[in-house]
Amino acid sequence: MPVSLLWAVDVYGRVYSLSTVGQQWEHCRNTHLEFKRVTAAQQCCWGIGCDNSIYLNVHASDLPVRYQEDTYENQRWNPVGGFSERLLPSDRWQWSDITGLQHQPMASFQLPSSSWEWEGDWFVDENLDGEPTEKEGWTYAMDFPATYTKDKKWNSCVRRRRWLRYRRYKDMDTWAKIPSQQTALPDPFSDISCGGWEISEEPRGRLSLWAVSLQGKVWFREGISHHNPEGSSWVEVPPPGEVVQISCGPGDLVWAVLWEGHLIVREGISRDCPRGTSWAEVESPSPQVGAIHVAVGVNVVWAVTKDNKVWFRRGVNSHNPCGSGWINMVGEMIMINVGLNDQVWAISCEDRLVYFRQGVTSSELSGKTWKAISIPRDGERSHSSASANSQHSAGCFFSSEVRAPSVVSDAELDLEHPPGDVAISNVTFPGPDSFVDAPTNSSSSQPCVKPNIPKVTSDSFISELVSDRKPAKTSGGVESASPAVLEEVVPDEGEADVLSSNSDVTITGSGGPPDPQWSNVDLEEAQIQNGQTGAVADSVDSCSLSSVATYSLAMEDQYGVDEHPLWAWVSGGGCSVDSHSQLNWFSCSLNTSMLQSVQSMSLSMTPAQTAAWRKQIFEQLSERSKREMDNFRHYEQAIEQSVWVKKGAMQWWRDWKPHKWMDVHFALEQFSGAEGHKDGILFIYYNYYEEKKYLHAFINEVTILVPVLNDSKHTFAIYTPERTKQRWPIRVAAGTELEMYDWLALLSVSCCDSRGIYGSPSKQAIWSITCKGDIFVSEPSSALEAMPYPTPCDQMFWRQVGGHLRLVECNSLGIVWGIGFDHTAWVHTGGYGGGFFQGLASSTDNIYTQTDVKSVYIYENQRWNPVTGYTNRGLPTDRYMWSDASGLRECTKTGTKPPSPQWTWVSDWAVDYSVSGGTDREGWQYAADFPASYHGFKTIKDFVRRRRWARRCKLTTTGPWQEIPPIPLSDVTILPCAAQSSVDTVPVWAISNKGDVLCRLGVTLLTPAGTSWLHVGTDQPFKSISVGAASQVWGVARDGSAFYRGSVSGLNPAGDCWYHIPSPAKQKLKQVSVGRTSVYTVDENGNLWYRQGVTPSYPQGSSWEHISNNVRKVSVGPLDQLWIIADKVQGSHSLSCGTVCHRLGVQPMEPKGQSWDYGIGGGWDHITVRGNSMEPPRICLPSMTEPSPRAAHTPPPTAP
Amino acid sequence: MADDKDVLRDVWFGRIPTCFTLNPDEVTEREAEAYYLLLPRVSYLPVVTDKVKKHFLKVMRPEDVEEMWFEYEGTPLKWHYPIGVLFDLHASNTVLPWNITVHFKNFPDQDLLHCPSNSIVEAHFMSSIKEADSLKHKSQVVNDMQKKDHKQLWMGLQNDKFDQFWAMNRKLMEYPTEDGGFRYIPFRIYQTLSDRPFIQKLFRPVSPDCNAHTLGDLLKEMYPDALTNDGEQKRYQVLIHGIEPLLETPLQWLSEHLSHPDNFLHICVVPVPTD
Repeated sequence: MPVSLLWAVDVYGRVYSLSTVGQQWEHCRNTHLEFKRVTAAQQCCWGIGCDNSIYLNVHASDLPVRYQEDTYENQRWNPVGGFSERLLPSDRWQWSDITGLQHQPMASFQLPSSSWEWEGDWFVDENLDGEPTEKEGWTYAMDFPATYTKDKKWNSCVRRRRWLRYRRYKDMDTWAKIPSQQTALPDPFSDISCGGWEISEEPRGRLSLWAVSLQGKVWFREGISHHNPEGSSWVEVPPPGEVVQISCGPGDLVWAVLWEGHLIVREGISRDCPRGTSWAEVESPSPQVGAIHVAVGVNVVWAVTKDNKVWFRRGVNSHNPCGSGWINMVGEMIMINVGLNDQVWAISCEDRLVYFRQGVTSSELSGKTWKAISIPRDGERSHSSASANSQHSAGCFFSSEVRAPSVVSDAELDLEHPPGDVAISNVTFPGPDSFVDAPTNSSSSQPCVKPNIPKVTSDSFISELVSDRKPAKTSGGVESASPAVLEEVVPDEGEADVLSSNSDVTITGSGGPPDPQWSNVDLEEAQIQNGQTGAVADSVDSCSLSSVATYSLAMEDQYGVDEHPLWAWVSGGGCSVDSHSQLNWFSCSLNTSMLQSVQSMSLSMTPAQTAAWRKQIFEQLSERSKREMDNFRHYEQAIEQSVWVKKGAMQWWRDWKPHKWMDVHFALEQFSGAEGHKDGILFIYYNYYEEKKYLHAFINEVTILVPVLNDSKHTFAIYTPERTKQRWPIRVAAGTELEMYDWLALLSVSCCDSRGIYGSPSKQAIWSITCKGDIFVSEPSSALEAMPYPTPCDQMFWRQVGGHLRLVECNSLGIVWGIGFDHTAWVHTGGYGGGFFQGLASSTDNIYTQTDVKSVYIYENQRWNPVTGYTNRGLPTDRYMWSDASGLRECTKTGTKPPSPQWTWVSDWAVDYSVSGGTDREGWQYAADFPASYHGFKTIKDFVRRRRWARRCKLTTTGPWQEIPPIPLSDVTILPCAAQSSVDTVPVWAISNKGDVLCRLGVTLLTPAGTSWLHVGTDQPFKSISVGAASQVWGVARDGSAFYRGSVSGLNPAGDCWYHIPSPAKQKLKQVSVGRTSVYTVDENGNLWYRQGVTPSYPQGSSWEHISNNVRKVSVGPLDQLWIIADKVQGSHSLSCGTVCHRLGVQPMEPKGQSWDYGIGGGWDHITVRGNSMEPPRICLPSMTEPSPRAAHTPPPTAP
Repeated sequence: MADDKDVLRDVWFGRIPTCFTLNPDEVTEREAEAYYLLLPRVSYLPVVTDKVKKHFLKVMRPEDVEEMWFEYEGTPLKWHYPIGVLFDLHASNTVLPWNITVHFKNFPDQDLLHCPSNSIVEAHFMSSIKEADSLKHKSQVVNDMQKKDHKQLWMGLQNDKFDQFWAMNRKLMEYPTEDGGFRYIPFRIYQTLSDRPFIQKLFRPVSPDCNAHTLGDLLKEMYPDALTNDGEQKRYQVLIHGIEPLLETPLQWLSEHLSHPDNFLHICVVPVPTD
């Protein structure tokens, strides 16, 4: 589970975040402001500052927020000057958008806010649908509007070209103010809530942001998406009364609390109408006491009434957003927040701690108990007198350095305020832009805030603080205005930031002073810097103090170590936890040390591995064996090894027609084979017309065991080379899932034993993945690529590795990456086993939980009839009205089960709009008849329509994989290296699931996951990437054309520019693989292409040569070995789709090889041979090369 | 670095080379030759001495044969102790092979239990496992097992099937991570010079202040004499499977890796050889 953050605001307005792997609250250091409230999503956090502005904190990511602006330059030919910018009066603008209707000169493009910057200047796009254009980028047509081509013809009267420019959002990880609208809002915001990201995936990163103003109006922020994180404008959504608080869930739930204590629910929220259409009213949970707070999730609503009682709303879902009834829950809270997975956080009214609701699951949404998050804040671990001293000395500096003429330090003033008001700091800021805030939550009931609050009462100072300048600038401005009166060098803004970030580190390590309980912009910084000890600290804090000129000397006494934080607001909208998450938030430090000691005992590859006691035991045991056994090997063993038989009842898919499942007895006999390897025979006893017969397979001939779990039977397939040739495995079904896994684990161990294969996959291993996501690995022998007689592909032995992936890539250094169906990136830990392999068949110390999510799709089909229009009544010959994609199988919403018992539903059925070909607003696609190609709009000729419904399901398993958060990937490639090459950092390239090209930095043998992503700019999304042995990087873009990346080297890992390489005529490429020198691509029609003419001086090559059709995937190895996944391979018994195939006859002078050899399949989806750098033995020159031992074992093949 | 699983393998496949000689007082038809055998340390004498019995019966008249029993240097060997324990306790630091005398007469009823068949050994073995699990998991694991699972444990031991045994035994070695170990560690401490058969008390793997208990902690509480005080000559060896683990070895780890198949950690305290 990726690391994510829980956000909270304490009663002094300081913002803290808590990481799901963290054990302390981290102060959001770059805040120069106090906040009233925050609301978090996974990618960002919104807040209302005490200056009543809305702030946005976009979390930094290796993927930049980057927006492509484009405009078209249009020209018309005239007989005098040729093409010129002089257009006809009826023509479009000379600079326009793609339609020509919008006037768009370059100068009209402005940065949306000061948080953006231009990446570079305008440049011409020289790519037309995957085809490169002439240098100038012009595309020609007969007239506007028309189809443009890249070639100028005799009748080309007009031309246009596209200019591109990128802008980038730069204020990552800081609170950036959202510029206020021109039409100033009538009153400031008092509440804010974001959500709605599950309503639609399009546009990417879409969010709904709701806000409430002090006068009780409701506002909706339009246009928030990944490319426009700030959104575009506020739109008022008039409520039926005065709203005091609003909550928006991840889905389509939006509830608000009215001033009188009733609740209102927004109805009609959908993909097309995220603002909803109307309000419905819901009574307060308790008739006498009105509601004061509400929090909604996907399927839950929680509320708090004015007496702090907590209520849970029954029966809420997107069809019934109002729910059916209230249930009173235990606990008294001042506010509640529902985060991801409907998990619940609350702030108790008694102790103001943040509580987490434990045991919230999809089946038990109300959870079980409240558990306090009792962990310290950073800098709170210890309270050293040294820091107090440094504060005193800082105070001395301060007293001599008061410089701002208008600043008055008045510590008494605030005593007039009732204690309850201190939560909102702007009460004490009577600045011109601020106003007295009437808190709408129950802060008046807040019990125990001490009234001792440092105060700033200078109007001029305040106006500086709340002016429209960015917070960072504010402090910078003040600082630069302050004379550097101290002897120490006054660091400038940048240095100060560095120092304060250093101080973070120091604090966590050594402990800092108690947190000051109230502060404004510059005080804040001063106090942070007070946290550090030593000369640096002194210089920094003195300088910032001098610039602020107000400081309470008494502050360090106010909260001792024991004082726990008082929280005002919490937001879990970005915090990805569920009821199974292992959180360290509740455990005290004693427990953690305990935990560590336990781990060191039970895990083997830990530092304790090297402990003296362990070494002693290992040494003594081997010494004992030597002493007691070495001289007595000739003695007889007391227990003779005997045959061990395991039997069971199974079903077998019988070999003869009609094929059907029949009951059989299944038995595995194991015995000690030659050379101490265990061996065995598998027997299947069956009845054939009353006659007892059996079928058997030698364990050492079994090449693979494939689980074929489906929704009705627990089956697995057993292949031998013979069965692979026939494409007809032995298929057996066990009674239960458990039994199936028992057998699989046993047979698998037995097969590995018989072949002497133990432990982790080697660095040379060949990895492959089935369409079900099962991972297999094969140990190649050097004879595999031998010439002229390689090991036949169907003799390869595959064993399963735990986990679930869609794609895996490796190289010969043993770096292995995988990508799940949900696009999560995983790195191989070096372990083996996991999944159903347990105990001895699995490593223990590097197996982790792995989850994957995929969607199941069904289709709703309708036919038009003249009377009623489209109905679910088809013709008798039609497909099922609810079917699979082919229409052949009936799939209803209720009848469709997850793909296998391993999967469980995690969402409800929803219309899927992301179907190729597009859909209308309701998700329908139209066609003249079934089956046909569908389009997303209705024409007169369309008589049928269909729409796709999707439902997500989730699988949880274990395997030797560790997640690489946070960017989801769709493709990855690792530099293939020669066997003996020593590479320090290994180039790894990837494509994000949105098509961004990424280069991974810091990938080494010790850190195979690398450290960070480097974004490589492209003009369009990519879908495949591959890096060759000489760092040659090839990619395939969404438009189906290929790109070559120039100048990639160790020093310049991301290269410098893309060279556009057109795809083969009329084909759209979909995948590329680059070996030592060979470049192969696969197009969308299953053709395999070889790039001709690639030379070191001309790495882009010259043309594509067709090699084969029916190819699904290609993998080119470090020695230019060519392996593919082929569709449609005919065996003697059956046809298989998705088969591993090996190209024979590939040699340096003949890189295209000669013919295919067929291996395991069908049902295979992916293979990578990029780890196999084993040079084949050169049989033709036996005297000059030493044959490898394995090759010597291979019997000399007989000539055909 | 070797895996912890290798320890399990080494423990399981520990063998003691043994020379069986017939007690000279037995009546034989012709002279009985000595019989040499590699005895598994983790097994029990009656389970592994079928061949011995067969060998000596060849030279004896059936009417002279009573229940077979073994003796080492005058000490009758208790069949219900694991073989490794018998060896460590009585014969460690002696020259190999281990010389065991075979008797067919004068069964020492006061010292030994009768063992008419291997089913008695099985019953003893299973009751040890159950006792150990009651200490470790309040018997929850062993009670959740089926009859055939119990059989698998015994068959694994009887037929020297490491995989078969451990496929089941690993369930007995699991514990909730948050507990940090078993409830109590099943252990037995044997001494040579004592009338008490062995020491067995309740002892937790983790101290109340959350520190892992070590072998030293256990001995300090159970048998302080076994420890060598500062400045003292070492008097006792603490042997488990013929090796002397360091006293700082965590007890939980020992219990998981160096227990006998009966799930007890058998610890022998023997005097340091005088030579």
